[in-house]
Amino acid sequence: MAKQLTVFVENRPGRMKSVSDILLENRLNIWAFAIQDRGEFGLMKLIVDRPEQARLVLADHGFACALKEVLAVTAPDRPGNLDRLTTALLDSNVDIADAYGFVTPNDRQGVCFLEIKNATGVDLEAVVTAAGFAVLRDEDLYAS
Amino acid sequence: MDVAFWNREIETMDRQRLTELQVTRLRDTLDQALHTPFYRRRLEKSGIRSGQDLGRLEELRALPFTTKDDLRKSFPFGLLAVDFSEVVRLHSSSGTTGVPTVIYLTQDDLDRWTDLVARCVVATGCTSKDVFQNMMTYGLFTGGLGLHYGAERVGMTVIPIGGGNTQRQIRVMKDFKTTVVHITPSYLLHIHSRLAEFDTRPEDLSLRRAFVGAEPHSENTRKKLEDLYGIDAYNSYGLSEMNGPGVAFECVYKQDMHIWEDAYVVEIIDPATGEVLDDGQKGELVLTILTRRAMPLLRYRTRDLAFLHAEPCPCGRTHRRLSRILGRTDDMLIINGVNVFPSQIEEVVMAVPEVGTNYQIQVDKVGALDRLTVKVEIYPKMFTGDAALLDRLKARIAEKLRASITINPRVELHEPGVLPAFEGKAKRVVDNRQEM
Repeated sequence: MAKQLTVFVENRPGRMKSVSDILLENRLNIWAFAIQDRGEFGLMKLIVDRPEQARLVLADHGFACALKEVLAVTAPDRPGNLDRLTTALLDSNVDIADAYGFVTPNDRQGVCFLEIKNATGVDLEAVVTAAGFAVLRDEDLYAS
Repeated sequence: MDVAFWNREIETMDRQRLTELQVTRLRDTLDQALHTPFYRRRLEKSGIRSGQDLGRLEELRALPFTTKDDLRKSFPFGLLAVDFSEVVRLHSSSGTTGVPTVIYLTQDDLDRWTDLVARCVVATGCTSKDVFQNMMTYGLFTGGLGLHYGAERVGMTVIPIGGGNTQRQIRVMKDFKTTVVHITPSYLLHIHSRLAEFDTRPEDLSLRRAFVGAEPHSENTRKKLEDLYGIDAYNSYGLSEMNGPGVAFECVYKQDMHIWEDAYVVEIIDPATGEVLDDGQKGELVLTILTRRAMPLLRYRTRDLAFLHAEPCPCGRTHRRLSRILGRTDDMLIINGVNVFPSQIEEVVMAVPEVGTNYQIQVDKVGALDRLTVKVEIYPKMFTGDAALLDRLKARIAEKLRASITINPRVELHEPGVLPAFEGKAKRVVDNRQEM
């Protein structure tokens, strides 16, 4: 499964840049990100090309960060696709804690990252595949 | 100006007789103190085996001070001087480092305390015709019950409403035509700011006087309260170790607080050297209680900074007057009338595994009230990335703090390393409150 790196960042100017600076210095590539604002702090969620290394270098700089498995789903960019996906997940009684996505400009492919709750005993990949979508696997995401 | 007395003989006693009375009562107090293991050891070291070994009042100065720490170390029974079955009441304060302190009273002690409070109340011009709404907290805190009993003894109609619930406070003031309130200055200002919301103007109230206490405040704040409500506001002083409210109170002339010297030996000392200072000199207030058999305390260091006036008051009372409290010799904070030590907060937050090594305490004014914010750093190893867990962590810290200090704080989570590292206590407390 895709690995999301969550970084606890103080809500003040320059903190996001400190994170991106460290990632740049270490030649880490950011594929997707989202920020959850919680008042005095925010949670920066990153999908990067080498998650474990990104975690280590950020922790080295004193950041509180954690890796978590998220569901990465691809779908063609067509109206109604997100609705089909959320319907399928709802029917399986799993909760979406957080989600963010984008569409690649060239091949019009949608990519969606989902933080799932209450998924114990549910074969997420089967649910997603049955709905007509593909789950990105480690070999699709991360070079060996 | 009309001056009334509760006990004219004592309140206007000439200074020499007052000193003689102090010596007599101090000897009794020493005898009583010798019943406790704590003082027996100490007094015998100072050559006192009976109260009669004390000659002049000044000889008290040769005895060591008693501190809050002594009270903690003696918890729970080390300073109890009577059989526990004689105790009819105890009051306790939460500990600054986990160990609380406790004060015991016999029925006679309680009666004498009540009598002092009755003196205070009458000195402000209150009579049995007054309706007294006591907005101080009841319970282990002495502020509520102390004034309650004194006002009852004077025959006032007492409404034991306690603190909080502004809407009900305003309604009760109107329903029963309350003439006197006992309250912290900040809460009285807060109530004023909310009168309009409940369709009430100050002139709709029957209020004539306020006893304000539990929080140091300035002459400007008093004037402001008096102008806003059209009342007289009287400053008061007390601390649980000396029973509670009723130690010192202003008379109708409102020129600082008469401190009842038949009940307390009053000293002002240099907090650094312990040397006794003259009247008019600012220093730490040190009190010896003369009217409590269950638990005598000799030369107790209050940590409050103030000075004494010896010049006669136009009211005729001969007991010296105590200035407003000008500060503290320790780091105690007073937040909405509640005493809070930073060490109490430290103890709570440092016991939470998800919290890192640094924290900061911030106090702000929001309207008339104080707001406490406790900022903590998260501990990276316990971080999971789950936002809901962080919310629960905040709620858990807030609840633990509320249980310890009785104040509901705002809790903020911060990145490791952003709060000032520990370099003495001053930096850990940021007090942004300005004079009201």
